[in-house]
Amino acid sequence: MTVTPEKPIEQVERVIIRFAGDSGDGMQLTGDRFTQETAVFGNDLATFPSFPAEIRAPQGTIPGVSSFQLHFASRDILTPGDHPDVLVAMNPAALKANVDDLRKGAVIIVDTHDFTTRNLAKAGYADNPLDGDSLADYQVHALDLTGMTIEAVKEFGLSRKDAARSKNMYSLGLLSWMYGRPVEGTIDYVSTKFARKPDVRDANIAAFKAGYHFGETTEAFAVSYQVKPAEAPKGRYRNITGNLALSYGLVAAGRLADLPVFLGAYPITPASDILHELSKHKAFGVTTFQAEDEIAGIGGAIGASYAGHLGVTSTSGPGVSLKAEAMGLAVMLELPLVVVDVQRGGPSTGLPTKTEQADLLQAMFGRNGEAPLPVVAAQSPADCFDAAVEACRIAVTYRTPVMLLSDGYLANGSEPWRLPDVAALPPIEAGFATGPNHVSTAKDAKTGEETETADFWPYLRDPETLARPWAPPGTAGLEHRVGGLEKADGHGNISYDPANHDYMVRTRQAKVDGVRVPDLEVDDPSGAARMLVIGWGSTYGPIGAGVRRVRDRGLDVAQVHLRHLNPFPRNLGEILKRYDKVVVPEMNLGQLSLLLRAKYLVDAESRTNVRGMPFGAEEMEKILLESLADLGITQPGTADVLTAEEALR
Amino acid sequence: MTTHTTVTDLSTPVLGTALVPQADTKQTGKDFTSDQEVRWCPGCGDYAVLKAVQGFLPDLGLRRENIVFVSGIGCSSRFPYYLDTYGMHSIHGRAPSIATGIATAREDLSVWVVTGDGDALSIGGNHLIHALRRNVNMTILLFNNRIYGLTKGQYSPTSEAGKITKSTPMGSVDHPFNPVSLTLGAEASFVARTIDSDRKHLTSVLAAAAAHRGTSLVEIYQNCPIFNDGAFDAIKNPDTKADAIIPLVHGEQIRFGATLEDGQGHKCLVRDSGGGVRVAEVSEVAAEEILVHDAHNPDPTLAFAISRLTDSGYLNQSPIGIFRQVLRPTYDDQAREQVALSGGQGDLQALIDGGDVWTVDA
Repeated sequence: MTVTPEKPIEQVERVIIRFAGDSGDGMQLTGDRFTQETAVFGNDLATFPSFPAEIRAPQGTIPGVSSFQLHFASRDILTPGDHPDVLVAMNPAALKANVDDLRKGAVIIVDTHDFTTRNLAKAGYADNPLDGDSLADYQVHALDLTGMTIEAVKEFGLSRKDAARSKNMYSLGLLSWMYGRPVEGTIDYVSTKFARKPDVRDANIAAFKAGYHFGETTEAFAVSYQVKPAEAPKGRYRNITGNLALSYGLVAAGRLADLPVFLGAYPITPASDILHELSKHKAFGVTTFQAEDEIAGIGGAIGASYAGHLGVTSTSGPGVSLKAEAMGLAVMLELPLVVVDVQRGGPSTGLPTKTEQADLLQAMFGRNGEAPLPVVAAQSPADCFDAAVEACRIAVTYRTPVMLLSDGYLANGSEPWRLPDVAALPPIEAGFATGPNHVSTAKDAKTGEETETADFWPYLRDPETLARPWAPPGTAGLEHRVGGLEKADGHGNISYDPANHDYMVRTRQAKVDGVRVPDLEVDDPSGAARMLVIGWGSTYGPIGAGVRRVRDRGLDVAQVHLRHLNPFPRNLGEILKRYDKVVVPEMNLGQLSLLLRAKYLVDAESRTNVRGMPFGAEEMEKILLESLADLGITQPGTADVLTAEEALR
Repeated sequence: MTTHTTVTDLSTPVLGTALVPQADTKQTGKDFTSDQEVRWCPGCGDYAVLKAVQGFLPDLGLRRENIVFVSGIGCSSRFPYYLDTYGMHSIHGRAPSIATGIATAREDLSVWVVTGDGDALSIGGNHLIHALRRNVNMTILLFNNRIYGLTKGQYSPTSEAGKITKSTPMGSVDHPFNPVSLTLGAEASFVARTIDSDRKHLTSVLAAAAAHRGTSLVEIYQNCPIFNDGAFDAIKNPDTKADAIIPLVHGEQIRFGATLEDGQGHKCLVRDSGGGVRVAEVSEVAAEEILVHDAHNPDPTLAFAISRLTDSGYLNQSPIGIFRQVLRPTYDDQAREQVALSGGQGDLQALIDGGDVWTVDA
């Protein structure tokens, strides 16, 4: 299939497309395929899948709408975009749920097939919006996509219902033509996916091609668009979601540490894909244990770590609550363990399929007693790989449980990932104990003679890292007992001694405080900023986009983003004190700002959003402009400076 | 071990300790005794079990460093501190899950769980039944004293109904679990019951449990002299125990009570018309009606029926011995086999480079 350039091609810098339909309409698949085509084409991109918690919510209703948004551009971008340029709506509910997000003049491609009285009513439309002038601000293409799909696949003898199922492929074909996407990947994908169902395979390919040709030939679309590949650092790339990158990071860390990885997990949205992915990688020595509950998931991981494996447990917020006691045990045992929290809207069951970053304080403090552990957060889908490797490095080096924070936005969103050279990744030293580490002297009661014996003290620490030795069973002479009761410094027997407990509590804290993390580098191109914006986790993209917009207005703002939440980088306090104002945007009610205020006595200004959605770039820009205005800093000149530039952000 | 009723033909070892390295030299109980002072109450049944285990472990002939004891919370869960092996005193109820991780990670370890009636059947009930269902290669010693000791005397999930304790001044209204019935219901492949004070029987059951590949569940009746003294007197008192203990020995008739001329008890077990099992006078039934115990029966129905003869109130009657001992594939052997079958040669760079890759030339 080749583009026959009979129609003019218009160059555009960037496009935001949202596919929306019923949750059974295959919108996620459609979005995924368009993303893959776009990635292979070489655009920079960011995606935002959004779907209901119900597997099949009531058909045709607003709660049942599933959507997939893709932002792609010929330059680097940081977010999935605020206002789509194109909406593909497969039914009335999909139109109604999404139309208000569109920019003025946006293209709406509607499948009219389901615009029946009944379905309009289900979506809450009194009148057919395609008839009135309520959509006058948009370029509406009302097409019977379903009918055209059925026509296109009739030769394959499928039932009408089955034939109609290929309508997502028809619309994918149409959009692929509109934006000049390479189509071979999708045809290969369909061929493989339905290899055992030739009629379904052929129907899907036929529908896809028919949609493409419809675009070429119909008079409805006068032009197609071209978004040139983005400039990017030299290298090999693939598009990757956060959960996949995080899973690869765990596999890689096992290799770097030369330790088998053991994942104990209980299925939970949006973390289950990590369990699914790791279960495929037994060839890397990865064992996955689908436990009977969240507690058994971490229990199995602790057992595996005790036995000398790299124990990992993956979950979301509700699961972290259940694992809290076991995490405290891991703090006491001082064994390597990684607890992955793919955060979702809370509290309780909350919003399982929506994003939030409200588990930070739980990660920091959500255990009984003084139970500190390092906390690491990923900032973008591809960054989940590096964050996972870093969490494992800290866990193994310091013999400690580590909390690795991701969230629903990172987990399911995707972006291009510059592939790392495995050989260049630094190894992680497991450094098991191999022999006695201590000499005991004993006096013979009769002879008074002193004898020395070499023995093993499980709580004798490395003076540098304060890590205790890791001595898995099977090593002769190192037999020892660990447990949740307080241990005496050094020999590790049970101790109720007040001074020992005081020492051990402070030492466990000192060990975590002493974890080496790199200093922060502030992004402040002009060096003249008086305001710093600081964030952590998945707000990296929206904050970066907001900062760009503000700078394009000629204003100065400094930005820094935290990978390490515990301990904080050594130079953080000094950085915070450099600025007249510190703004902290978060998808919670101000958890990082609380920590910064407590630790550094700075008047950190909390700006928050808990809508279950990431911040938009425009929303972030507004926040930053308001905060700058508080400092008396306003935009030089008129408000419409750089409007054209803004459109690129 | 008799395997005539093996549920599935196994290519993996059938002995619980088959992959655990053997000790080079003969060991003694002292080798397994740690330097820690034992801190149970005077007269506690736990002492007898500890002695029996310390006495039994040398006979097992395994390297000390390849033995791991994992416990939860409760009086009995202090057990690992007193054994000079590897050990973990973990958190309440979770020992089976931790032991599952250890046993799955390492085929060369002999993994033991020490737990109590509160730890295993109340707070940790879920982990217990799932360990049994999965059949992870480990031995679970369930110390049942029918009371909460460490928290000072509340009723436990095995306490008789109506028990007056600190938390139930008018008597408990909970119906108790029968641990053997529960674990048979969870399709445990090895279920036994023994008594703290009968060292010989206890040791023989430990040997069979350790030899079993899969999860072995051993309920040990254990007296708490402080909060539930005398709970097991009927089965310990020389005057009453012949009538109280229904001995289960594979391949032998199930008979008990005062002996007849043939040297065996005057009472026996027979099937009753309702599908269960009842106690009968030997003199009143035909010889072929007397049940011959078959621990290797793949169908647990009869073992369950026998377990129902345990008194749920004060213990005046209880079957003692190995109820069930059958082979079926273990979780850990199969999980390791899947990893081994995958070859272990994963190419990390190829994994990372998989999918639709494109190249940017600067």
